Amino acid sequence: MYETSYHRPTSLEEAANLATEKGDEAKYLSGGMTLIPTMKQRLAAPEALIDLRHVGELKGITVNGRSIRIGGGVTHAEVAMSDEIKSVCPGFASLAGLIGDPAVRHMGTVGGSVANFDPAADYPAALLALGGTIHTNKREIAADDFFLGLFETALEEGEIVTAVSFEAPDQCAYEKFRNPASRYAMCGVFVARRADGVKVGVTGAGSSGAFRWSDGEQALSSDFAPEAVDGLTVSEADMMGDIHGSSAYRANLVKVVTKRAVKKALSH
Amino acid sequence: MGVEGIGAKVLRKEDRRFITGRGRYVDDMSVPGMKYAAFVRSPHAHAKITGIDTSSAEGMPGVIGILNGQQLQGDGIGNLICGWAVSSKDGTPMKMGAWPALAVGTVRHVGQAVAIVVAETQLQARDAAEAVMVDYEELPVVTTAVDALKEGAPQLHPEAPGNLIFDWELGDKAATDAAFSKAAHVTKIHIHNNRLVPNPMEPRAALGHYDPAEDHYTCWTTSQNPHVARLVMSAFYNVAPEHKLRVIAPDVGGGFGSKIYIYPEEIVCLWASKRTGVPVKWTSDRSEAFLTDAHGRDHETDVELALDADNKILGLRVGTIANLGAYMSLFSSSVPTYLYATLLSGQYDIPAIHANVKTVYTNTVPVDAYRGAGRPEATYVVERTMETAARELGISPAEFRRKNFIRSFPHQTPVIMAYDAGDFDATLNAGMEAADVAGFEARREEAKSRGKLRGLGMSCYIEACGIAPSKAVGSLGAGVGLWESAEVRVNPVGTIEILTGSHSHGQGHETTFAQLVAERFGLPVDNVQIVHGDTDKVQFGMGTYGSRSGAVGMSAIVKALDKVEAKAKKIAAHVLEADEGDIVIENGEVKVAGTDKKLGWHEVCLGAYTAHNLPDGMEPGLKEGAFYDPTNFTFPAGCYICEVEVDPETGTTEIIQFVAADDFGRVINPMIVEGQVHGGLAQGIGQALLEGTHYDDAGQLLTASYMDYAMPRAWDLPNFKVSTNETLCPGNPLGMKGCGEAGAIGSPPAVINAITDAIGNNDLTMPATPEKVWKALNAVA
Ligand SMILES: Cc1cc2nc3c(=O)[nH]c(=O)nc-3n(C[C@H](O)[C@H](O)[C@H](O)COP(=O)(O)OP(=O)(O)OC[C@H]3O[C@@H](n4cnc5c(N)ncnc54)[C@H](O)[C@@H]3O)c2cc1C
Repeated sequence: MYETSYHRPTSLEEAANLATEKGDEAKYLSGGMTLIPTMKQRLAAPEALIDLRHVGELKGITVNGRSIRIGGGVTHAEVAMSDEIKSVCPGFASLAGLIGDPAVRHMGTVGGSVANFDPAADYPAALLALGGTIHTNKREIAADDFFLGLFETALEEGEIVTAVSFEAPDQCAYEKFRNPASRYAMCGVFVARRADGVKVGVTGAGSSGAFRWSDGEQALSSDFAPEAVDGLTVSEADMMGDIHGSSAYRANLVKVVTKRAVKKALSH
Repeated sequence: MGVEGIGAKVLRKEDRRFITGRGRYVDDMSVPGMKYAAFVRSPHAHAKITGIDTSSAEGMPGVIGILNGQQLQGDGIGNLICGWAVSSKDGTPMKMGAWPALAVGTVRHVGQAVAIVVAETQLQARDAAEAVMVDYEELPVVTTAVDALKEGAPQLHPEAPGNLIFDWELGDKAATDAAFSKAAHVTKIHIHNNRLVPNPMEPRAALGHYDPAEDHYTCWTTSQNPHVARLVMSAFYNVAPEHKLRVIAPDVGGGFGSKIYIYPEEIVCLWASKRTGVPVKWTSDRSEAFLTDAHGRDHETDVELALDADNKILGLRVGTIANLGAYMSLFSSSVPTYLYATLLSGQYDIPAIHANVKTVYTNTVPVDAYRGAGRPEATYVVERTMETAARELGISPAEFRRKNFIRSFPHQTPVIMAYDAGDFDATLNAGMEAADVAGFEARREEAKSRGKLRGLGMSCYIEACGIAPSKAVGSLGAGVGLWESAEVRVNPVGTIEILTGSHSHGQGHETTFAQLVAERFGLPVDNVQIVHGDTDKVQFGMGTYGSRSGAVGMSAIVKALDKVEAKAKKIAAHVLEADEGDIVIENGEVKVAGTDKKLGWHEVCLGAYTAHNLPDGMEPGLKEGAFYDPTNFTFPAGCYICEVEVDPETGTTEIIQFVAADDFGRVINPMIVEGQVHGGLAQGIGQALLEGTHYDDAGQLLTASYMDYAMPRAWDLPNFKVSTNETLCPGNPLGMKGCGEAGAIGSPPAVINAITDAIGNNDLTMPATPEKVWKALNAVA
């Protein structure tokens, strides 16, 4: 790790001001589960770390009827164990429980994960399928407009993810097929069913990060059953290929994992 | 004898400090004035060094010194060596390329050390190391052994034309050819044994301290064999004279072979300490460990098995190409030869065997012994071939093996080894019963109803441990003898220190070695201290590897205990005015058999030191040493049976059941033996299912962190069903064979045999990742 300076703001405003002051050499620090290892490997060298963990505005989970709002500073473990989330949207809570290991879940945050947009991160699949909204200290952005490409989001310099929100669907579930080494998703699929149709968010498999599988959505909207996607083919060209799985394999996984997610959603 | 003697499940004495975080590892060591080192490492797999510019790095905060390979050579520090001479079949000696501890002129793998930076803090050393500008002229790269042998391949060492280190053979070629010419059936397969990264929990570390006042050197290092490290560093690397060099290997957190070797870093830290005038400590981070710890395995093999019309084996023909990486590591030559081809007879009576092994340089991390060392490779070849042959012939794999078992001992194989004892039917039967093989077909049907493919695979392994008779290994080219030493030091109050040349880095020696004393004298294990890992304290010893600390290390202790017992009895007989032959020692008492005359053990010990009443002419004291040179290898063997379920949609394999029926000879502590088997199985299953080492075409290690290198986790493993059968080894006083590596040796073929059985396609390489299994399934669907 290179030498850096550490700052501990206690409000959003203070954090944003610090970021403006320090310029593009500053980085927000949330759970540090992605940022700190990257710094230790000397792949990132921020001159200033602005720790968001003491910013009260980023805390807390609010569930209002079927509306769910999760603060950017909420940890994966808090999401996984939230009775309120579990009661209206169990699929989302169970997704959080599948992230990393207990240490990662107790440190890592929703805001950090969303801002980082790792191509194999779990939340993006859910937020896409749920038609979620990403709240920042400046604006609100629809998930479809927020996740742009590999590690690329709509966030501007210094912008802070303050929360994510979504309406709980009628039925939903997340199914995760793990990369054997990192145990991130090699293919993770979140299906969400509402009266007006089904949305399918896929992470880990696509060549430009999480995406919505529109063919799958169409098929499942007319028949919400695992077999509905049997006749579909997933384009290998849009899939990621690496030492753990070729694009052909991932294309197969998109279908298989979607079917399992649908089965799970139906069993809830 | 007693609750803590041989066969007792004594809890590990060492675990209190390990579990409470109080172990003392090299990185915990600190000496006044100590500074920190970072290595400048090659980012290229093959390149000429055209310049090293340290000018900006030298001015950075905290920098004390920056040293390079030219300076190292200038100071007369010698190149690293391979200590086992293996010659080609035409008699030419192996072609050892020069390996300076800091690169001079050329780098040959990513991560090779080019320079060392010593600074006030670790971070300052790393910052400055990054600022050292090395100019490289990149050279073409080759990473696989097969490619390296091809015409026109990039050449690594001028000493080794065509990258060939040696082309070696074992066995009778003519007899083997003759066997094949009369075969009724020949089974042929190609086998890939995947390269593994050892990954001990504790990364390597070295602390070099030169003391100018005494002209003396101390090296704390993560070593499985500190005396060998001292010998090699003084005799070959010329770092320090042997009597002025103390090597200390304190608690060591796992080695699996990778800490046998003497690496560039400890040599350079010692030398740099003298050069810079400060003690120098280096601790590897995990990334450096991936790039510099000696890797394991990496074989490509073609095998052919000849059978007669009655399915009896007539002959075995094996051709192996072994990747040794960029340089020849300390024992690298012995692994694919004398530790491999000598085990190709397996548990079977094979009249003729011929093995040809080519070892090759590539632009990858050096390869050397890793848990099992050659024997997993041999077992994988033999047991995959046996299973394949049985399937081709449509006969029961178990009965096919049974038909060919060796049943009379001693048995001379055509590949050097003379098996002294064994009962292969016993372990096969135990394994098949524990695995309920008879009920398998019903379970397969039941799985099918759930959409799962169930498969069963077995492996009847034999391996050679307790290396080894010094004369024998000497005749095969070893540069060292492979005996072990022990000293039993009885204190005046009767407590005991055992100084052993073995070295524990997880094996539990502090417990099992003490159990020998509990057995012998009936003393509690808490009264026994095991001293190891320090060349100033312990007499020369050969260290721990090849499952030798029981069969060889403990045999030396037994010999020393014999001498202590004999002397104690003499003293007691003298004091009690009895016949020496009537003295027995039990439960901490020294008694005259059949009478009530006795002395406490402590009284005899104190008497030895007060020397007030010793037999005439007897020297005072009670301290005896012994060296034990084994009479033969030992031959642990067993039967492993793996049952899997494959998910055809994703290719995921789940191990439903794993049975290990082993024969390790005498078991000293069943709990520790079980733990050794569990750990070995985890590593073997890791090799079979998860651990793939990938280089790209430029020689960059793609699997250089846990994000990409898949280590086994608890949830990848089932609860193991383990059992042991004790066929005593006739070759050593305790009848022990060794248990440290069997799990890693026997399990990979059992796993792959099970998966290939499940999917009905025998064409599958390790690691059998979900994608590979899915592809293999689709290829036959
Ligand atoms: C061993 C391991 C396993 C893991 N497994 C998984 C897994 O299975 N699935 C998965 O999805 N993830 C996994 N992760 C990643 C984990 O979920 C991280 O917690 C997450 O990706 C980042 O969150 P963080 O709070 O730790 O962010 P940090 O590491 O602190 O920050 C990450 C990045 O986001 C920025 N940032 C942080 N917070 C904000 C904010 N509120 N607004 C704007 N920018 C911000 C930082 O500046 C930085 O660039 C794993 C991590 C580890 C170490």
